Amino acid sequence: MRVFVEGVGLLGPGLQGWGAARRVLAGEEPFRPAPTNIGGSDLLPAAERRRTPVPVKLALAVGQEAFQNAGRDAAAAATVFVSSSGEGETLHHMCEALASVEREVSPTRFHNSVHNAAAGYWGIATRSREASTSLCAYDASFPAGLVEAATQVVSCGKAVALIAYDQPYPEPLHSARPLAASFAAALVLAPDATRGAAATFEVAVLPGDEKPTGMSDSRLEELRLGIPAARSLPLLEALARKTQGEVVLDFLTELRLRVTVSRC
Amino acid sequence: MRRALREKRSGLTPCDFETASIDTYVGTVPVLDDLRVRPDLLDYDCRNNRLAQWCLEQDGFAGRVAAARDRHSAGRIGFYLGTSTSGLHATELAYRRRDPKTGALPADYRYAETQNAYSLGEFVRRYLGLAGPGFVVSSACSSTAKAFGNAARMMAAGICDAAVVGGADSLCLMTLYGFQALGLTSHGPCRPFDAERDGISIGEGAGFALIEKGDRARSGAVLLLGVGESSDAYHMSTPHPEGLGARIAMQQALESAGLRPADIDYINLHGTATKTNDASEDKAVFEIFGPETPCSSTKGATGHLLGAAGITEAIVSILAIEDGLMPGSANTRSVDPAIRSNYLLENRQAKVTRVLSNSFGFGGSNCSLVLGVAQ
Repeated sequence: MRVFVEGVGLLGPGLQGWGAARRVLAGEEPFRPAPTNIGGSDLLPAAERRRTPVPVKLALAVGQEAFQNAGRDAAAAATVFVSSSGEGETLHHMCEALASVEREVSPTRFHNSVHNAAAGYWGIATRSREASTSLCAYDASFPAGLVEAATQVVSCGKAVALIAYDQPYPEPLHSARPLAASFAAALVLAPDATRGAAATFEVAVLPGDEKPTGMSDSRLEELRLGIPAARSLPLLEALARKTQGEVVLDFLTELRLRVTVSRC
Repeated sequence: MRRALREKRSGLTPCDFETASIDTYVGTVPVLDDLRVRPDLLDYDCRNNRLAQWCLEQDGFAGRVAAARDRHSAGRIGFYLGTSTSGLHATELAYRRRDPKTGALPADYRYAETQNAYSLGEFVRRYLGLAGPGFVVSSACSSTAKAFGNAARMMAAGICDAAVVGGADSLCLMTLYGFQALGLTSHGPCRPFDAERDGISIGEGAGFALIEKGDRARSGAVLLLGVGESSDAYHMSTPHPEGLGARIAMQQALESAGLRPADIDYINLHGTATKTNDASEDKAVFEIFGPETPCSSTKGATGHLLGAAGITEAIVSILAIEDGLMPGSANTRSVDPAIRSNYLLENRQAKVTRVLSNSFGFGGSNCSLVLGVAQ
């Protein structure tokens, strides 16, 4: 499956937006770890912005950046959202309330607890009525989303945005599901080069347990191993360095994804 | 299910789930309390995976998948499953057993194998011995309808030759108390499209289907003819008042099937029995299909199975085709006079060749499927 990469969005510790982070990933500037600065997305009206949980803000921020970089209208594109762990803070508050005698749960928290909360807010923010899905494959969520997004691009012949995001849980859930940091990445993928894409991905699912491509910087490698959404990093590094070649991603047991990156 | 539909039976009973104290009706699967998952998968033991296993063992399904594994090889069978709350009830129980000093969760709590949305996916993958690619869709109440779209695209792209689709959603306190907080739980058994409808009856349920590429279909087999997916872009928990997103999903499903509205014999509605869902869905259906096409919701019989509603109602649609039965709406006494679509209160026996099935969810996630018999 061949798809054209039109735009990238990125937020992670020391990776503050694709514009700045691409120089770090290209090796032009040193990687300086710093807490992920999520900020407030101006996509949503103020009332909705207050109600949005942090993972949703993360997803919206990278999605918006990727569409800006692609020069494409977000309202006209389908989306694939992937999160390995969903809405942790909301889950924690809901479970705390349900373990109490009163069991008073907030209706807003309840509708924010769904795995597709980010997709719902994205639709409200961008006015996109296009198809949107929200997937999970635990640690393999990013490659799962990439296969789904590529399949959609190829079968529907339309642009699709893949938005992967992970936000660490608060305790006590953090101990049961440790995620190293807040991280999100978005790719706008298109069926052709009409919009001036810089690179293509040829995506294939392979049986076997080939060693996945790692990061040369050991601290970036820690991120790749510590956050499922950061399994996107080797692909982003290839885009930043404008290199061509194969990137192997961990998928499920005995399954790998081979992505051949080429320049347009 | 076949017989229950013919007898227009409802499985809804007063809510006595666990420690819940809510004045509503629910659909429960009582056998789950005493069931345990297969010994080699004990790490995955939770209400949702028990429900999945119980369902996989019905109607010889697991055996049919084993036969397909021999035919295609395990690596060529994918799995595209859906759930909204997965094994969340395990986390609810663990939060009652936190260490009083440190707040830590009990040592026997297993996050990945119960709470995580993918728990269902890995459990089913292992249970059935599948080795192809897959994932879990979690888009609230449209999840297992959308999974059909994923599977169809994967097969079209040559990623797999067959796929297990479906999923499970089990009762938990969060959905019961959450829907109550939104003022959406019914006081009695839910009454879809009734003038006096007052909300949903939450149910638990599971369903699975093994699907293969259509070019091998024998005459008379049921085919997935079309899928339509859209977003409301309106509100997190209230559907678009004019049913705009619903309309787009239905139109796209018809378009992808290459059909006109008049080609559809029966519509299985989302029909949750909330004031807003039924009103907006009716507007959308009437706009496309007009006053003739028979339609009904089967949630008066099953309750709202949330993430499992899509697969369950796809199965109802298949039974409608196989048995020539358009199911009447259980528990609905008189149709809301504001409703303009042709809503069925009583069962109707007729030749059914093509059915449209609607599933809409929180976040404005809409999916419509068209199922029909191979000519």
